[in-house]
Amino acid sequence: MEIKISVNVNGKDYVREVEPRTLLVHFLRDTLRLTGTHIGCDTSSCGACTIHVDGVAVKSCTMLAVQADGCTVTTIEGLAQGAELHPLQEGFKECHGLQCGFCTPGMIMTAADLLAKNPSPSESEIRHGLEGNFCRCTGYHNIVKAVQYAAEKMSNEVSA
Amino acid sequence: MIPHSFDYKRASSVEEAIEILQNGSYAKVLGGGHSLVPALKLRLNAPDTLVDVTRIESLKGIGIEDGTLVIGAANTHHEIATSADVQNTLSFLAKGASAIGDVQVRNKGTIGGSIAHADPSADWPALLLAADASIVIQGADGTKTVSAQDFFTGFFSTILEETDIITQIRIPIPPEGTKSTYQKFVQPASRFAIVGCAAVKEPSGATRVAFAGVSDYAFRDEAVESASSSGASAEEAASKAAEGVSIMSDHYASEDYRKHLAKVYARRALVEVS
Repeated sequence: MEIKISVNVNGKDYVREVEPRTLLVHFLRDTLRLTGTHIGCDTSSCGACTIHVDGVAVKSCTMLAVQADGCTVTTIEGLAQGAELHPLQEGFKECHGLQCGFCTPGMIMTAADLLAKNPSPSESEIRHGLEGNFCRCTGYHNIVKAVQYAAEKMSNEVSA
Repeated sequence: MIPHSFDYKRASSVEEAIEILQNGSYAKVLGGGHSLVPALKLRLNAPDTLVDVTRIESLKGIGIEDGTLVIGAANTHHEIATSADVQNTLSFLAKGASAIGDVQVRNKGTIGGSIAHADPSADWPALLLAADASIVIQGADGTKTVSAQDFFTGFFSTILEETDIITQIRIPIPPEGTKSTYQKFVQPASRFAIVGCAAVKEPSGATRVAFAGVSDYAFRDEAVESASSSGASAEEAASKAAEGVSIMSDHYASEDYRKHLAKVYARRALVEVS
């Protein structure tokens, strides 16, 4: 039996009927057509499907859409302000933080949660904070640099 | 991977949740879902109803009551890891919570869900055994409190009945000067413990040592405890670890290797609390 849920995704309210077994990542990708959130391992290991629910990073392949009823969701599509990239998106571009790009949406969403809790993390804190996200291309080095780039830019924006 | 079809009900009180559990032909409690949802996706389990208990207010909240640290069953690992009450009274539980999975898992997974699932490689069972915690359970016939030692009964098994809900975890705050630690050898992809050793040593010398990941379920190692409590060195006490228990073996670690790791991690833990 389908259940009616209301979810605010990237600032927009959606009311939809979903089967209880629908995973949140399928709701986002297939129902709302927000395909920026990727499905990697589908076993809550790789972090490619990371989004924010009520402001914290979660793996949307391990959450049911019905669990997000009444919640505020942010996906990778919700980070940029119009044409202006989020500092993390800019950091990944400037520091070559991606190669194939498959893990990037999840990396950026987890990094955004990290920077919200810890605006100036050390290199080791960044690596520890991203331990739930796998990248098979870069060796992580430039991802760490991208997060450092964003941390610095965001702290300048705050102090400016 | 898509789970089998089920009905979803969100309970607003523990009583309502119990009523739904009683009425479903096969109903399961949904906490953070970080054990149950993967099992549903793999179709290892196919309940006809899920009862979401995570929005029941009485299951949330961390505080101190008369020398006891009280943690609501629906509190997430992250909430516990970052709670000042936990950090100030039983910091090894906060550190243990921060070693569970990764940040996304800790943001969603709950302590009640973890102990109800009783994965042999999960961290909470060993942490709660070493902390001498009690678990408060509400069921159709009322409320009872059981020690962590009586709660875990086997491989993914606990004393919970089908219509029981864990409401609280209660942990006595140990005397001033007690030292505690959790030492974990982590499986790098899942971040479950291949071996985890929790140890608590009170100023009197009394020591509690519990393992995750070693046997079918978390257990207190009485041989190590009695050696350490009666003054044996960390090395000597740790050499007695994981003897006389059945030891798990999988493609991450053989039986011999796990047993070796149990002794290594027991020594590290005991050195830390001596």
